[in-house]
Amino acid sequence: MTISWLFLILLAVGTMAFLMARGRALASVDGDARNLHSLPIYYGLNGLLTALTPALALLAVWLIVQPIAIDASVKGSFPIGALPEGGTLDLVMSDVRRVADGLDAADAPDALSVEEAATLLGSGGVALGTTLTTEVLTAAQQYRDSRSTMNLFMVVAVLVLALIGGAWAVMRTNGDFRARNVVERGVLVLLIAAASIAVLTTLGIVLSMIFEATNFFRQYQWTDFFFSTTWKPSFSGRGGGSELGILPLLWGTLYISFIALVVAVPIGLFAAIYLSEYAGPKFRSLAKPMIEILAGIPTIVYGLFALVTVGPLLRDAIASPLGLGNSASSVMTAGLVMGVMLIPFVSSLSDDIINAVPQAMRDGSLGLGATKSETIRQVIVPAALPGIVGAVLLAASRAIGETMIVVLGAGAAARLDLNPFEAMTTVTVKIVSQLTGDTDFASPETLVAFALGLTLFVITLGLNVLALYIVRKYREQYE
Amino acid sequence: MNDMRLTERAVDQETTKITARKVQVYYGDNHAIKNVDVDIADKTVTAFIGPSGCGKSTFLRCINRMNDTISTARVTGDILIDGEDIYDKRVDPVQLRAKVGMVFQKPNPFPKSIYDNVAYGPRIHGLSSNKADLDDIVERSLRRAALWGEVKDRLAAPGTGLSGGQQQRLCIARAVATSPEVLLMDEPCSALDPIATAQVEELIDELRQNYSVVIVTHSMQQAARVSQRTAFFHLGHLVEYGETGKIFTSPEDPRTESYISGRIG
Repeated sequence: MTISWLFLILLAVGTMAFLMARGRALASVDGDARNLHSLPIYYGLNGLLTALTPALALLAVWLIVQPIAIDASVKGSFPIGALPEGGTLDLVMSDVRRVADGLDAADAPDALSVEEAATLLGSGGVALGTTLTTEVLTAAQQYRDSRSTMNLFMVVAVLVLALIGGAWAVMRTNGDFRARNVVERGVLVLLIAAASIAVLTTLGIVLSMIFEATNFFRQYQWTDFFFSTTWKPSFSGRGGGSELGILPLLWGTLYISFIALVVAVPIGLFAAIYLSEYAGPKFRSLAKPMIEILAGIPTIVYGLFALVTVGPLLRDAIASPLGLGNSASSVMTAGLVMGVMLIPFVSSLSDDIINAVPQAMRDGSLGLGATKSETIRQVIVPAALPGIVGAVLLAASRAIGETMIVVLGAGAAARLDLNPFEAMTTVTVKIVSQLTGDTDFASPETLVAFALGLTLFVITLGLNVLALYIVRKYREQYE
Repeated sequence: MNDMRLTERAVDQETTKITARKVQVYYGDNHAIKNVDVDIADKTVTAFIGPSGCGKSTFLRCINRMNDTISTARVTGDILIDGEDIYDKRVDPVQLRAKVGMVFQKPNPFPKSIYDNVAYGPRIHGLSSNKADLDDIVERSLRRAALWGEVKDRLAAPGTGLSGGQQQRLCIARAVATSPEVLLMDEPCSALDPIATAQVEELIDELRQNYSVVIVTHSMQQAARVSQRTAFFHLGHLVEYGETGKIFTSPEDPRTESYISGRIG
């Protein structure tokens, strides 16, 4: 039985529980819904939730645990002597799984010779790492076997749980049962679960980064990583000869982000002030969506713009005549284009925040004889400051995490230089280039990507904490 | 307060501070103020009463041209302060508002310290030459608003942290700090409890010594308590205007009579 069938049956059980619980509740008061504690639908929902929630939770846990358990048991019984030369148990296990899936797909019988199995798999288009051996076939059959048994157990367990839940809910239902409160508590649990998933995902991402980064630091000196000023990975040999200093990348990241913010913050903020304080409603309703269109342009398009237009223009107009370099890819190119990309973030958020400052503040200031610009400078912007700082930080983290514009605008050369018309690169670009192509997840040249990612994460986290601190300290709160 | 002796309360001054002639206000197509003529005396408290939407706040906002900040509002007719037309092209509304202070219905202190709230007006108008001067203005304004004793030890604390009544007195201090000649108050007590209201009313009575105060109120008791003259607005018309004692004891217009006795409004 497939999972989708199981779902349908569960749904049917839930519907049954819903109808029965509601019917029973109504029957207990002779059909007069006014004598019930809650509306009839709550009794039904209570039946539905009690039947489905535990069953679905069990199903989810089972689906996660089952493959791990089967893997472990098959692995345990695999004869160590049958390992192919140079192969590991993990590689063989992936073959075993593939064979098992292939046989399942071909609907093969339980007893098969190696040759028959090989033909079946060949016609099914299953590619194997090594030629099929008897041991692998046996293991695959064992794998299939325990999987189908476990699946059966799972279906039975889930259905029984659903039926028990539904029956219990129906039994509990009578006119005085506080179904509404119970259902609302159930909904609360769902909400908490949704919130925890977001938090747990973040935690999972951080943990996986930390795990891989530790692997990296086991093979590579951390002082070299953090303090070396050269970035020269070598892909020829395993380890050795690579210099993986983060400083040039970090410098590139911060330099480009800085230029981007220097472009985006004043323009975005001034645009927001104009739109919210001076512009008429007609112009505003036209201009605001236009600016927001900028935010919808994919960054690769900005990258193209940087590559074919801004880069050559800067080179021909400024860099070459001044003797500052003759590369079309430069920090300035990427920074300017990224700044344009960030304008809508800053302006749109700041505009909303400035609009949220109460009209009473403006009236108060204007009523004292302040001009419009004095009011904006001394009352509105200070009152909106926490939000504006938030908008700027959002833009900053976008800038730090941006990749495409940098690849196309600033190049991929890791360099530590003050000249903004030189090609440089950022942490994110190097993460991509270390992980693309033929990668070996045991070499420091690949694992360094995780260390880079983790460093970037810590930096943005630090930036956010700093921003929170600044906002708390200097906030001028209204109301 | 002497609200029991309404008829005995005489208007001390007869100098006219504000003169309005044939004032019309439109909000888009809505004719909010119709042909209002009024003379407001100096160093008196003038109360504007009337049911909601009768135009009393709108008229108040004409006196310091706050209606200019509403793009759909249009004002015609003449309003003169000390004989000068405030709607004349040469008059800068910003300068005018420094001369005609305003206190709003809801206390609206800026999200700044108490000191900076009061110093806001003097700073933007350059009324002080040095820090000591500014300190002096702040102290005087806070004293005049009867708030100095309560806040003198925490001038650096945010103005928004004060209680509602204190906030409103802070706003009055803020308005007084620019040394205006006229003080407009738009229902200054509607967000306050009775004790804070009593404090503000007492304050209004004291402010009368230096300023011409115009107050919009929904409370007829308040109008009777604090004002020397009362104007009754109804549906955009100025129905009746005269000494407070006379308006409340023997109104001439039947509409005024119905309103103060609670039959319309």
